[in-house]
Amino acid sequence: MAAGNGTQQRTISALVQDKPGVLARISGLFRRRGFNIASLAVGRSESPGLSRMTFVVEGPEEVVKHVAAQLDRLIDVVEVRDITESNIVWRELALIKVNAPAKTRGEVLELTNVYRANVIDIGVESLTMEISGGRQKIDSLIELLRKFGLLEVIRTGRVATLRGTLVEGEDDGLFQSDASSPTYILPVTSGESGSV
Amino acid sequence: MSKHLSGSQIVCEALLKEGVDVVFGIPGGAILPLYGVLSQYPDLRHILTRHEQGAAHSADGYSRSTGKVGVAFATSGPGATNLVTGLATAMMDSVPMVAITGQVGRAAIGTDAFQEADITGASMPLTKHNYLVMRADDLGATVHEAFHIARTGRPGPVLIDIPKDVFTEMGNYDPDAPLDLPGYQIPCKAEESQVEAAAKLINESEKPVILAGHGVVLSRAFDELRELAEKAQIPVVTTLLGISSFPEDHVLSTGFPGMHGMAYSSLAVDQADLIINFGSRFDDRIVGDAKRFSRSSKKIHVDIDPAEINKTIAVDAPVVGNIKDIFGQLLPKVKQKTHLEWLQHIEHLKAEHPSLRIPESDRLMGQHVVKALSDVTKGEAIITTGVGQHQMWAAQHYQFKNANSWLSSGGAGTMGYEVPSAIGAQVGNPDKLIWSICGDGGFQMTLMELATAVENNLPVKYAIMNNNHLGMITQWQDFFYEGDFQAETYTANPDFVKLAEAYGMKGIRVTKQDELESAIAEANAHDGPVIVDFVIEKVDDLYPMIPAGQSVEELIEEPN
Ligand SMILES: Cc1ncc(C[n+]2csc(CCOP(=O)(O)OP(=O)(O)O)c2C)c(N)n1
Ligand SMILES: [Mg+2]
Repeated sequence: MAAGNGTQQRTISALVQDKPGVLARISGLFRRRGFNIASLAVGRSESPGLSRMTFVVEGPEEVVKHVAAQLDRLIDVVEVRDITESNIVWRELALIKVNAPAKTRGEVLELTNVYRANVIDIGVESLTMEISGGRQKIDSLIELLRKFGLLEVIRTGRVATLRGTLVEGEDDGLFQSDASSPTYILPVTSGESGSV
Repeated sequence: MSKHLSGSQIVCEALLKEGVDVVFGIPGGAILPLYGVLSQYPDLRHILTRHEQGAAHSADGYSRSTGKVGVAFATSGPGATNLVTGLATAMMDSVPMVAITGQVGRAAIGTDAFQEADITGASMPLTKHNYLVMRADDLGATVHEAFHIARTGRPGPVLIDIPKDVFTEMGNYDPDAPLDLPGYQIPCKAEESQVEAAAKLINESEKPVILAGHGVVLSRAFDELRELAEKAQIPVVTTLLGISSFPEDHVLSTGFPGMHGMAYSSLAVDQADLIINFGSRFDDRIVGDAKRFSRSSKKIHVDIDPAEINKTIAVDAPVVGNIKDIFGQLLPKVKQKTHLEWLQHIEHLKAEHPSLRIPESDRLMGQHVVKALSDVTKGEAIITTGVGQHQMWAAQHYQFKNANSWLSSGGAGTMGYEVPSAIGAQVGNPDKLIWSICGDGGFQMTLMELATAVENNLPVKYAIMNNNHLGMITQWQDFFYEGDFQAETYTANPDFVKLAEAYGMKGIRVTKQDELESAIAEANAHDGPVIVDFVIEKVDDLYPMIPAGQSVEELIEEPN
C-alpha cells in the first residue's frame, strides 16, 4: 500500500521461536535494510514455544517487498507471510483515558456507546475506555474525544489474520502513516557502495 | 546414548563428531577451561595463531579450500572482537565457519565485568546465526546445530559464545539427538515449473552467457557447469568469486566482467540476449548502474537464497534451490546447440579487446609478476590474495586451471586476508602449492601470522607486490579526487627479505623482469615458507576500468 513519497507499507505475519534475542535479530534486520516498523504486536501463538508477530513495516517500495524473504533467512523465524495483498481481517486495540468531569461525562459516555467502546475504569475526573476495530474507527473516536482532553492513548498495533471466507473485507487504509517523508528510511539512489 | 561430561568435553566430542580435525585460535581466561581438556582429544589439532583475526581468516581459507567447516577459538572481550573482521569476511562470501568464544561467567554477564563484550550482539549482523549457551546440557545440540546451519543452505559463519562456568559445568550430551530447527529449511531441488521456464529461455536464446558466481564454487558444481556449457555451447563468464569454477584454458571461458574485469567479458554480458546467473548476487561491482546493466538480455537467476532474487536486478526466470541439484534438473532439458555465430562474435570480442596487454616497460610491473607465476606454476597453484591492484592483476593474469583454486575476499574486500587465508589453505591442502599474492599494505596488516606458518612448517609462498603504495587508493584518488594523493604512499616499508630472515623463512628479492622465473622456481623448490619481495612499479591506474556506478558505455579499456 503506497504511503506517498515512494514508500510503502506491508503487513507481515510471522511465527517465531519464543527465545531471548529474537526480537533483537528482527529489529536489527529491519534497521540494516532500512525498513521502519510502523507497528508491532507480539504474543504467544497457538503452538507452544512459538510466538506470533504481526508487523506493519514501511520503507522504499523496491526494498520493503523483500521484507518477508529477508525475515525468512533468520533461523529463529519459523514461518513468515507477507499478507499485504491477501484477504485479511485486522484489528487493533486501544485504551483511551480521557478527561470526564461530571459536566461532560454524559457526552463522553454517549460517544463510548456509539463506538461500542467499553468503559473499563472510572475516576473522579476521568474515565478509561477500551475500543477495538480498524484504524479509521479508532482514529475517529480519538479525534472526537480530543476536545474533552485526552490524558493517554495506548494502541497495541495491528494484529491480522487471513479471512476464512472469500468475501473481501474493507481496506482499512494506511496504518499510522506519517505523511511527511521519514528521514530514517534509507534513500534509494544507486546500488553502488562507493567503497574501495 | 547420553553421556555425562563437562561442558568443555561436550564441545570437543561434538566437534570430533562433526569431523573437525583442526582449529585455529588463541586462549584467554574465559576459554581456558576448553583448552584445559584439549590434551584429552589429540585428534583435535590446535594451531596457535598470533592474532584472532588470523585465526578467523585461517579457518576461512581452510574452509574455502577444502569445503569443510573451518573452526576458530577465541577468548571473551578483545579476543572475540578481534574475530569480527574474519566473521564479516566469511559472511559476505557465504563461507561456512564456526567460531567458539569464551564468555565471562554467567553471574557476571551484563555487569561490565573484566573482558566482557556482548559478542552475540556485536556479531548478529555479521553471522548467519549465533548462540549464547547458558547450560552445559544445551552445548552438544548447539554445536551440531551450528555446523548444520554453517554448512547447509547458503553457507555462512556461526558463532557460539560460552560462559566460562558453562565449560566447567557437568551436563548431558546425546550425540544422536535429532536437530530441532523448525524454522530452517534447506532448499535442494527447484520447482519443476521454474526449471522448465529456465530451460525454455536457454533453448530459445541465440546469444546466451553463463554468469558463474561463488554459488557454483560453494556447491562444488564444477563438472555440471562444464557439462551444461559444453552441451549448449554457452560462453562462461565468472564473477570475481566465481573464478576457478570453470577452467580458464577452455575455449568457452570468457573472463570476468565488471569494474576491473576484461573488456570482452563486460561486452559479452552487455550484448547477450540471455544471462544465466548461477549463484551470483548481481553485486554492484559487476552491475554498476543497475538501470543500464545488460539491457537487452533476459535473465535467469539460479540461487539458493530466495532473498537474492530480484534484490538488485529484476529477473525473468528465478530458479531457487541448490545449484548442483538444479544443474541435474536442467541438463536433460537443455538442448544441444552450437551458437556458432555468437561464439564467433565472442572470439572477435576477445581479439578486439584483449584487455590484458601488459604496458610496455623495462621495469617490473605487477602484471609481469602474476603472468610469470601463472606460467611457472602452470596455473595449478592455489592462489590467495589481499585487496587492491594486486588482487585485480591476480584475477586478470593468473590462468586458473584447477577448480576452486582462487581464494579472495570479494564481498568484504578485507585487506590482510592474504597472509592467514594462505595458512588455512596450506593446512587443509598439505601437498598443494599455495601462493599468496599480497599487497605490501595488506601484508603488513596480518604479517604476524608468518610465525604461525614457520611454527607449523607450512611451506606457503608469499609474493609481496611491493609498490610502496596503497595502490588502489592511489588509483581512486587519481580518478575521483583530481590526483590529490593523500595517505597512499609508504616511505618506511620494512626490508621484507630481512623480515623473512627474522622469522626464519627464506627471503628473495626480485627487481627485474628477467629474474622472475628463476626466483619463482627457487621459491617453489624450497620446502619451507618463502617471501618473495617483488619490487614493482607504482602505477596510478589499472585497466580495464568501469568507474563505480557506471556501465559498459563508460568502460575505459586502456590509458589514452
Ligand atoms: C582492512 C581494509 N582497510 C582499508 C581498505 C581500503 N583499501 C582498499 S584497497 C587499499 C590499498 C591496498 O594496498 P595494498 O595492499 O598495498 O595493495 P595494492 O593496491 O597496492 O596492490 C585500501 C587501503 C580495505 N579494503 N581493507
Ligand atoms: Mg601496495
